[in-house]
Amino acid sequence: MKLRRKVYMTAGYNTISLGTGRKEFNPKKERPGLEHYLKEAGQGTLTQIGGADNVDEGVVGNFMASRFNKQAHLGAFMPMIDAKLMYKPSIRTEGACASGGLALISGIKSILAETAEVVLSVGVEVQNTQKAIYGADVLAGAGWFQKRKDGHAYFFPGQFSDRAGAYYEKYGKDYTRKGLAKWFANAMDNARLCDTAQEHHNTHPNPIELGMMEPNGKVFTDHLNVFDCSKVSDGASAIAIMSEDGLKRCGIAKKDAVEVIGLGHAVGDITEDPKDLTRLDTIEKAIQLAFESAGITKDDLATIEVHDCFTIAGILATEALGFAERGKGAQFVADGNTARDGKIPINTTGGLIGWGHPTGATGVHQAVTIWEQLTGRAGKAQIEIPANRPYGMTINMGGDDKTVVAIVYKQGE
Amino acid sequence: MDYINKLEKVSVLGAAGKMGSGILLLTAVEMADQALKSENKDKSFTLNAIDVSNDALGGLMRYLKVQVQKLAEKKMVALRGMYADRNDLIENGEIIDQYVLDVMTYVRPTTALEAAYNSTLVFEAVSENKDLKNKLLSQIDKNSSNKPWFLTNTSSVPIHELEKGADLKGRIVGFHFYNPPAVQKLVELIVTDATAADLKDFAMTYAKNLRKIIVPSNDFAGFIGNGHFMRDALHGIHTVEKLAKENSFVEAVYMVNKVSQDYLVRPMGIFQLIDYVGVDVVKFIMNVMNPYLKDEDLHSDLLDKYFELGVKGGQFSSGAQKDGFLKYEKGRVSGIYDPDKKDYVAVADIQEACDKKLGDLPKSCVAWKSIIGKKDRSKEFTALFGDLKNMDTLGAKLAMEYGARSNAIGKKLVADNVAHSEADVNTVMLTGFFHAYGPINEYFV
Repeated sequence: MKLRRKVYMTAGYNTISLGTGRKEFNPKKERPGLEHYLKEAGQGTLTQIGGADNVDEGVVGNFMASRFNKQAHLGAFMPMIDAKLMYKPSIRTEGACASGGLALISGIKSILAETAEVVLSVGVEVQNTQKAIYGADVLAGAGWFQKRKDGHAYFFPGQFSDRAGAYYEKYGKDYTRKGLAKWFANAMDNARLCDTAQEHHNTHPNPIELGMMEPNGKVFTDHLNVFDCSKVSDGASAIAIMSEDGLKRCGIAKKDAVEVIGLGHAVGDITEDPKDLTRLDTIEKAIQLAFESAGITKDDLATIEVHDCFTIAGILATEALGFAERGKGAQFVADGNTARDGKIPINTTGGLIGWGHPTGATGVHQAVTIWEQLTGRAGKAQIEIPANRPYGMTINMGGDDKTVVAIVYKQGE
Repeated sequence: MDYINKLEKVSVLGAAGKMGSGILLLTAVEMADQALKSENKDKSFTLNAIDVSNDALGGLMRYLKVQVQKLAEKKMVALRGMYADRNDLIENGEIIDQYVLDVMTYVRPTTALEAAYNSTLVFEAVSENKDLKNKLLSQIDKNSSNKPWFLTNTSSVPIHELEKGADLKGRIVGFHFYNPPAVQKLVELIVTDATAADLKDFAMTYAKNLRKIIVPSNDFAGFIGNGHFMRDALHGIHTVEKLAKENSFVEAVYMVNKVSQDYLVRPMGIFQLIDYVGVDVVKFIMNVMNPYLKDEDLHSDLLDKYFELGVKGGQFSSGAQKDGFLKYEKGRVSGIYDPDKKDYVAVADIQEACDKKLGDLPKSCVAWKSIIGKKDRSKEFTALFGDLKNMDTLGAKLAMEYGARSNAIGKKLVADNVAHSEADVNTVMLTGFFHAYGPINEYFV
C-alpha cells in the first residue's frame, strides 16, 4: 500500500508491565484494573500533545478483556480517560495479540482517509486476574477453538513448542537451544535498562544458563521451558497518530515524531495448520508488504521490534526478515547479531519476553519503543541510530502467525 | 495383592482432623486417578470420611474442594490426557471442575462409625490414645465380614499393641504421615512381626503412588520421628528450667527458642515447633511413649502445667497458628507466655537484653531459608559449628550442647534398634522436620 498522505506517531507512553518479576507484584493483593491502565497510558500521551481537545478520535486495542476482566465495549472508556473525549468517535480493535497493531492500523487509516488529524491509540490488557492455567484457556481464543480439545494445557506454548520441536529435528536441538537461550539473555539485558519492563528487576547472574534449562513435557511443554515464554502481564501503552496538520495543531515538531513510511497488514487462515512449522509465512508476507510500501530493504533498518511471544518466534522472525537463511536464525542470534550492540539490535527494551506481553497493548508498545529509539528518548536503553540506515520496524503478530501488522518508521524531518 | 480392589472401599477415621483431612485428600485423589484409567472404568470407589463432629466434616468438605482444585491446577498436563475421551470437556477450567467433582464424589462424610463396617481398608487417624484406637479398630473388625486391613497413623503407639488389642492378626501396619500429609514427603512405615506381606506391599504401592518417601521404622513407641522430637523438646524444656534460675522464665524460653532456631539453623525454634504440633499433643505422645522406656523419664511437669492452664498451641482450621508457649501475630512470634502472670510478655520488651546475654552470632551463621535450597551444605555448617565451638558466649555454649544432645538422641535410636540405620534417622529429620542437616553428624564432636 502506498501512503497517500504523511502519517506520524508521537507522544508515546508506557505503563509498567506488571506481573511476576516486578517487585511491586503480589499475586495475593488487589491490583489496578483496566480503568487504571487505560487512564495512565491515555493521559500520559494526552499531556504530551496539549490535551484531549486536540484529539479527533480514539481507538482501544484489546484482546480479551471480555474474559480476563468480564468487560467488553472498551471504546466507550475513552471519555473516562479525559472528559473532553466525550461524544468523540472511538472504537475497539481485536486481532488477538495483534490487537495493538490493529489499533495503530485503525488510526493510520483514519488519518489517510482524512476523517481525523489526531488519533489517540491505546492498547491495554490486564491478565493477572486469573492463574496462568486458566489464562491459557482465555489466550487459546487466539487459535481456532475447534483445535482446543487436542491442544496443550498451555495452548500457545504448546503450539510454539511444536514449532521449536520441528526446528530441532531439522537443524539440531543443542544448536537451536543455544540460539533460544541467547534470545532470552538479550531480552534480560535490554529489560534491565528499561524501568517499565517486567524484567527490569531481574538480577540473575547467568540468564544463558536459565535459558538452557531442559524442557520438561510432564509439567510444561516438550520443547520449550518457561524462560522461552513471555510472561503474564498487566499493562497499557498509548501513542498519538497524526497528520502534518495534526502535528501543527498540537505544536509538535516533526523531529519529535516518527513518520510511518510503510505498512503491511496480512492475515492467514485461522482454521489451517501451518504448512511448515519452521516458517512464519504470514509474518514473511506482511514484512514483504511493509518493505514494498516503504520502498526499503532490511539493510536500511537500524532496529526492529519483533513479536517474541516465544524465543523460537524471535529466531524464526530473523529468518522471515531475511537476516538469516532457513535454519541459520539460531546461529545468527547465538552469535550476538541481534543483541543491543549487534549488527541489528532487536527488541531494545526487552521485547515480549523482557519488557512484558500485555497482549492487547503489545503492538502499541512496540511503536512506542521505536518512537523512543528514533527520536533519542530511550534513556538508558538508547542505541545509536546510524545515519545511513535510519529506519525502524515493528512486527506484531496475533495467534500462531495468523494476523500480522508490520510497520516501517523513520524520524520526522 | 490386588491394589485396586483394596482401594475400592476405604474409610478414614478422624477424617476431619489435622492428619485425617490430609490422608482423606490424598486417598480421594488417588482413587480418582485410578478410576480415570481405562482399565478401571467398571470399578466403583467409596471413601467414608468418618469423624465425631458434624461441623468439622462440613469444614473438611470445603477444605477438600479447595485442595483438590489446587492439585488439579498443578497437574493439568496429565489431566488433559486423563479426560481425552470426554469431548464435552475442552478448556482447562472445565476439566479441573470435572476432576474436582469426580474426586469429591467418592467422599461420604459421616459421623456413623458403622459406615466403616463395609470397608476393605481403614485408615486410623484419631487422637493419640491407645485405648480409643483399640476400641474403634476392634469394633470395626468384629462387625465386618471383609477382614479389613488397617493402616494406623499413630506417631507413638507400638503397632503390635494395637494388633493385639484389637485382635487383628497381621492385618495392621503403621503408616505415619507427617504434618501436613498433603505436603510432607515423609512416611514412616512400621510393620509388626505378624504383618501380612500383602499388606506391606499395598502400603508400599500406595506410598509410591502418593509420591512419598518411605522410611521403615522398627515397632517401638514413638518410632524415629517422635523418638527424636520428644527427647529434643525435653532437652529444650530442661535447658529453660536451668536458665530460669538466673534469668526470668520468659527470657529463658526466648533464648532457648532462638538458639534452637538461629544457632542450629532449623526452620523453627523448639517452642514454636511444640506449639505447631500442639502442647497437648506433645504431652499425649510423651505419655504414650514413657511406659515403654526403661532408662529415662520422658515427661515434663511444665507441659502438664501449660495443659492445665489451657495453653495448648495447635492450629486453627485456617492453618493459622494458635498461641502456646509463644504468641503469634501474622505468623511471627510476638510474645512469650509467662505462666505466673498467665499472660504473654512482648518479645520486643526482652529481646535486646536476651540477645546481649547470648552474645553475637558468628559471621558464618546462615539463615535456614537461604541454605535449604542448596544441595551440598556441609561447607557452611562445618564453618558455622567450627566457629561456635571456639566461641565463649552463652549462645554458642547452648547451641553446642543442643547439637550434641540431638546427635546423642539420633545415635541412641539406632543403638536401641528403633531405626535400622543412622541414614534413616537423618532422612526422617531432613524430610519430616525439614532440618538442614541430619542429627547424626560430625559437627558437634
